[in-house]
Amino acid sequence: MMNTASVGKVETRFFHITEPLTLDSGAVLPGAVIAYETYGTLNPTRTNAILICHALSGDAHAAGFHEGAGKPGWWEIMIGPGKPIDTERYFVVCSNILGSCMGSSGPSSIDPETGKPYGLRFPVVTIGDMVKAQRRLVDFLGIPKLLAVIGGSIGGMQTLEWSIRYPGMMHAAVPLATAQRHSALAIAFNEVARQAIMADPNWKKGDYYNGPGPDLGLAVARMVGHITYLSDEAMRNKFGRRLQDKNDFSFNFEADFQVESYLRYQGGKFVRRFDANSFLYITKAADYFDLTVQHRGPDGANAFAKAKAKYFVVSFTSDWLYPTRKSKAMVKAMKKHGLDVTFCEIEAQCGHDAFLLPNPRLATLLQGFLDRVAGEFTR
Amino acid sequence: MRFDLEVIADWIPPGASVLDLGCGTGELLYYLKEHKQVRGTGIDFEEENISCCIAKGLSVLHGDINEEVEDYRDGAFDYVVVSRTLQQVYEPDKLIKTLLRIGGKVVVSFPNFSYWQCRLQLLLQGRAPSTKQLPYAWYNTPNIRVITISDFRRFVKKRGYTIIKEAAVNTNHEEMQGKTIRLLPNLRATYGIFLITGGRGGGEGK
Repeated sequence: MMNTASVGKVETRFFHITEPLTLDSGAVLPGAVIAYETYGTLNPTRTNAILICHALSGDAHAAGFHEGAGKPGWWEIMIGPGKPIDTERYFVVCSNILGSCMGSSGPSSIDPETGKPYGLRFPVVTIGDMVKAQRRLVDFLGIPKLLAVIGGSIGGMQTLEWSIRYPGMMHAAVPLATAQRHSALAIAFNEVARQAIMADPNWKKGDYYNGPGPDLGLAVARMVGHITYLSDEAMRNKFGRRLQDKNDFSFNFEADFQVESYLRYQGGKFVRRFDANSFLYITKAADYFDLTVQHRGPDGANAFAKAKAKYFVVSFTSDWLYPTRKSKAMVKAMKKHGLDVTFCEIEAQCGHDAFLLPNPRLATLLQGFLDRVAGEFTR
Repeated sequence: MRFDLEVIADWIPPGASVLDLGCGTGELLYYLKEHKQVRGTGIDFEEENISCCIAKGLSVLHGDINEEVEDYRDGAFDYVVVSRTLQQVYEPDKLIKTLLRIGGKVVVSFPNFSYWQCRLQLLLQGRAPSTKQLPYAWYNTPNIRVITISDFRRFVKKRGYTIIKEAAVNTNHEEMQGKTIRLLPNLRATYGIFLITGGRGGGEGK
């Protein structure tokens, strides 16, 4: 049975980073805003905090409902009272990543120097920079050590990054459907998506905030993304060659097939809520991500030599964007370094999207793992 | 707990680090964690088993034991347990060598193929044995290796390993009860359990 309990009405808050943030590129961001939400209560010993890291197009609104909204946060199925990430037990924090457009500083924010949106003047950020900003927020919230960091996809990269960059800052780390380095395949799809945006005449080298944006390019970028989030099998089951609202081909270039219609719909929907430049920045951060190189020790030691977290790694059988072998590669490194790691490959037909969809198996596993690490951490 | 697992649990000292290959639903590891403060890791191939283990608060890896064991450093565990799994392994020789590399001591248990019921079926009926412990026909059995207590002893000797402890057991009543067999174990025991170490020659013996 799906648990329908919810954290209820929530609102996004804003944390202002006032100390300059030095980025991996060497650029310095004099200040930044980080949008965040929290659910549940931090216990007196401050040992029940869980940080949730969102994926490419996510936001700080992971659970509950905003005033007047009919749709809950993006991980409502997982976060709430009595749910696997139980807000009656845990204090849950989710923040919008640096470079995004959902409340945190990014290319669509106003540059205080010019009074106009940054556009491409916003410095390029990495997964590491996103995590540095999250660390400031966690400090601000008075959390000395997180019980767990959890995230899927690009959120999983942040989770891994957290566990290596700040090994003493968490007891457990749960990277879902992710990789320790972006593959050529994943970079290739991102590049096609970025080219679609940059080829749109409305993009204007990112300086489009006074006029129409590169909506067509962004929609195509999202369509590419959605292909990679599904799987061959998922597409066959979901659409096959079925036609959309017609019995025969149109013999023109309308969306004849259901799959075409689906992609167009997803593309169009995305344009209404996401900024094209942010899409460029975040996909680039994912492409740059390579834990094995960025955190290699001076003596060539593997990144995981520094890690201390208890890991729970999950992959999904039909995920071809971040396939199981990618998860196994990180598990291998964790094992080599004597780390406590649990790994499960979940049978799922829906591709990379699986970690965001209702999945009783994932729910049970996450609940069991958190229960265990919470017991260890408070002991 | 299953009787043969009780015997194994008894051999493992408190606070040890243990790797359990083919850990199933985590019965042994859970017992060891709760009663002996053992730091345990399990490996199993079935998603459902992994789920059971995680629910019990165990660290487990979902995968093929033959591949998973290769990733560990030398001496990563005090004990490696391979319980009722060896008879399903394609290259038992290679696996045991690896286990002795990653663990100081290795516990091996397997159904004894020379148990008298097996012998009688082969001798009198001329048919491949099928017993409570080995309840399969030749065409659907996962048990591809025929091991007897006597064979295993010979193997250990040939490879230059050392047997630290051994027990031959006969289990009954859903295997929750049983007894240790001292007289003619190779004939009368349903399971053989061995605690071995690399010993002389490090397993390079011919």
